[in-house]
Amino acid sequence: MAANDAFRDLFFEEAEDLLATLSDDLVRLSAGEFDNEIVHSIFRAVHSIKGSAGAFSLEELVDFAHRYETVLDGVRSDRLELTPDLFRVVQRSADHLAVLVEAARTEQETDRAVTETALAALDACLCAASATGADPMPTASETPEAGPAQEEPQFGFVPLSLDLDSLAQTGPQSFDICFRPHPSLYENGHEPALLLAQLAELGHLETEIDLSALPHWSAPEIVEQALSWKLRLATDATQDAIEEVFDFVDGLCDLTIQAEGNDMPETVVQNGAPIETATTKLAEPDAAPTATCIEAETAEPASATKSVAAADTPRPTLRVDLDRIERLFNAVGELIINQSMIAQRVDDLQLHHDADMAVHVESYRLLARDIQEAVMAIRAQPVKPLFQRMSRIVREAADGTGKQAQLVMVGEGTEVDKTVIERLADPLTHMIRNSVDHGLEGPEQRCANGKDPVGTIWLSAAHRSGSVVITIRDDGGGLDREKVLGVAVKKGLVPAGADLSESEIDNLIFLPGFSTASATSLLSGRGVGLDVVRTAVQSLGGRVNIVSRPGKGTEFTIALPLTLAVLDGMLISVGNISMLVPISAVLETIRPLAGEVQAVGPDECLLSIRGRFVPVIDLAANLGVPRAVEADAPMLLLLVETEARGTCALLVDRVHDQRQVVIKGLESNYGHVPGVSAATVLGDGQIALILDPDAIVAQNHGAGLRAVIPS
Amino acid sequence: MQDAADQNGEVEFVIFTSGGQSFSLDIRHVREIRGQSAVTPLPHAPEEVLGVTNLRGAVIPVFDLARCFALGATVDAERNVIVIAMNGTQTIGLLVQSVSEIVSFPRANIQDAPDMLGGSAQSHISGLVPLQEGMSRVIDLPSLIQRRMPVPA
Repeated sequence: MAANDAFRDLFFEEAEDLLATLSDDLVRLSAGEFDNEIVHSIFRAVHSIKGSAGAFSLEELVDFAHRYETVLDGVRSDRLELTPDLFRVVQRSADHLAVLVEAARTEQETDRAVTETALAALDACLCAASATGADPMPTASETPEAGPAQEEPQFGFVPLSLDLDSLAQTGPQSFDICFRPHPSLYENGHEPALLLAQLAELGHLETEIDLSALPHWSAPEIVEQALSWKLRLATDATQDAIEEVFDFVDGLCDLTIQAEGNDMPETVVQNGAPIETATTKLAEPDAAPTATCIEAETAEPASATKSVAAADTPRPTLRVDLDRIERLFNAVGELIINQSMIAQRVDDLQLHHDADMAVHVESYRLLARDIQEAVMAIRAQPVKPLFQRMSRIVREAADGTGKQAQLVMVGEGTEVDKTVIERLADPLTHMIRNSVDHGLEGPEQRCANGKDPVGTIWLSAAHRSGSVVITIRDDGGGLDREKVLGVAVKKGLVPAGADLSESEIDNLIFLPGFSTASATSLLSGRGVGLDVVRTAVQSLGGRVNIVSRPGKGTEFTIALPLTLAVLDGMLISVGNISMLVPISAVLETIRPLAGEVQAVGPDECLLSIRGRFVPVIDLAANLGVPRAVEADAPMLLLLVETEARGTCALLVDRVHDQRQVVIKGLESNYGHVPGVSAATVLGDGQIALILDPDAIVAQNHGAGLRAVIPS
Repeated sequence: MQDAADQNGEVEFVIFTSGGQSFSLDIRHVREIRGQSAVTPLPHAPEEVLGVTNLRGAVIPVFDLARCFALGATVDAERNVIVIAMNGTQTIGLLVQSVSEIVSFPRANIQDAPDMLGGSAQSHISGLVPLQEGMSRVIDLPSLIQRRMPVPA
């Protein structure tokens, strides 16, 4: 069972990749980039999912993928024209496929009705195609003539619904099958004899082997494609059933299946990997004369573009259990600490005459840093898959609310720590839904306001000074501040008659228990408010902000640390405690001259710097630790940038140096400490706390500052 | 005790002294015992929280057990040790005066703490075990930790 589970996991991992490819391709298609290769790629993705799903008896998934694949096959062989309507069906089907995969992974029941609807939509496309096709033969949808014919003006054909499968089963039929295995088929451990035996189960099979290409027995090795078979199968089974037999050797052989009675080769199947065949053909024009039967009619001019596309193969990757990386990560963190300790000890020994030792210690340091950087890089991943999931959310949300919406993604190549990506999925989903549900107006209202009826949501990611910034912007109506304030007052979140600034009102929507949806819609308003989003983002060490312009739209900004694992910080000390201030927050350090710091009120004071006044915060008082320096010693200030109060000056005792540290959470073993975001282990094994300047500033009441101002 | 399953089995306890009194902890909660190491104080922490220390790369809080039971601060001494205890996935350190022994008791020998142990003293005690020279209080680790954890952010 364990082995089976491992395969199962592998299947879902692969399926996820394939779905990502699929949605990538769909985006390219929707961008108006029509290329047969894209359609092929989509087809391959669906086909692969179907193939592997079959191995795990995921019937609903297989059924759906199969029908989907049939439609895609129609598109790639030009029998179906990719109209906007059809494209929408293709897109929705991709969404549904993802839903089915997810359901299979979590072993949950799916809503069969939804699948039926999706299937019906696909069937409708097929029916339309077969009705407009030239000849409603049993395998009409596979008839090549239907392709070009369809582009021509139609003469009022009435769409006719045909059940292809039942038509196909009208009686035994003969198929001529031409099967020529590639060497790779043998290399992959397939056995033609087994395939033939499987075919024989379908009906009466006549086989004829073509040995003409077989070299003399004394030849050192079998040359390429030495054997081929001509098969004749009389069967009740459909062509699909025959194709299924060859499912697993897809792309590993040349295969033609021709139904008896058709003059033209009925179809070209099994070009699930047409790139390979096309390339082979181009490379060795004479090597495989019978191979021409495969691509004869579909390859056409497209074969050139296909072989070009073949160069665009993904780089090899290796899947590794996250736990193992975690272990490596922790070990590297320890290695770095150990390295600093050894360096320190060697330094203490004062080995002047042994320069050799110093060289070794230095190369140890460099090596350790290299390893650290490499390990850090393992965890960084592009946000693309996450963003792609969001386009599905937008479509679903738009469908559910009867609105029209499109998602525009920017900077999806931005790399972020894997954990951040994972833990961002839920809050982001929620916010995207929220944007569609509450942000965008309905089509009529948009038209009335002179906007495009299709609402746009921009989702962007970018690196900005040591953090990653994700913005979700919509071009909707913006926040209805009056309503927001009204709701907040009604729910007792703010006192009635409170005088709040615009941004304060905007931020009310993040309060727990706040939900403006007057009518609870299907999507949002399930009692899960934006406060959950804020909490989730904060637990990642990030912040979320909102900017809303009435009539123009709303923009949410999530600022997150690049990684949860390392941080560049400035080591300071306050009292006898060493602490790190994230370098991203530090603007400068200054020693103010007498008179530059002025007391304001009982316990506030301001620093005058370059014509500006900046509040001074006594870190020691703020953290409740005694100062280590004399009260009349010169002040040392650290200017930090905060979101809540702009620039502030932190009064510290000493500033040591700048260093990169491995972040260690405090929450798992202890809990949240006000003003502290995490901790780290310094080179000497001591723990230093990592300050959160924003939190410090937010909680500051300026207590006891008066005492420290030199008179 | 919490585990009804081995009601009749033996339980092993680590016995240690803190604030001049004897305490014991179910050995399944004890991960290791270390010498006293440098502790970084935490701002805004209750007085029994000495701070955090480095346990092979993990940051763990250290509690002064004597203070947890209102017995005054543990005085700095050579023999002081930190008992590393696990509560579920949470790891913490307890500063104690000394660790004396590991004793095994039949479960039936563990007595309920009498009512006279009022207030905070009782709230972290799950029972009493008799020792040759008196008795030892069994620490209720989850309750001890829970009370001292700050609310999650």
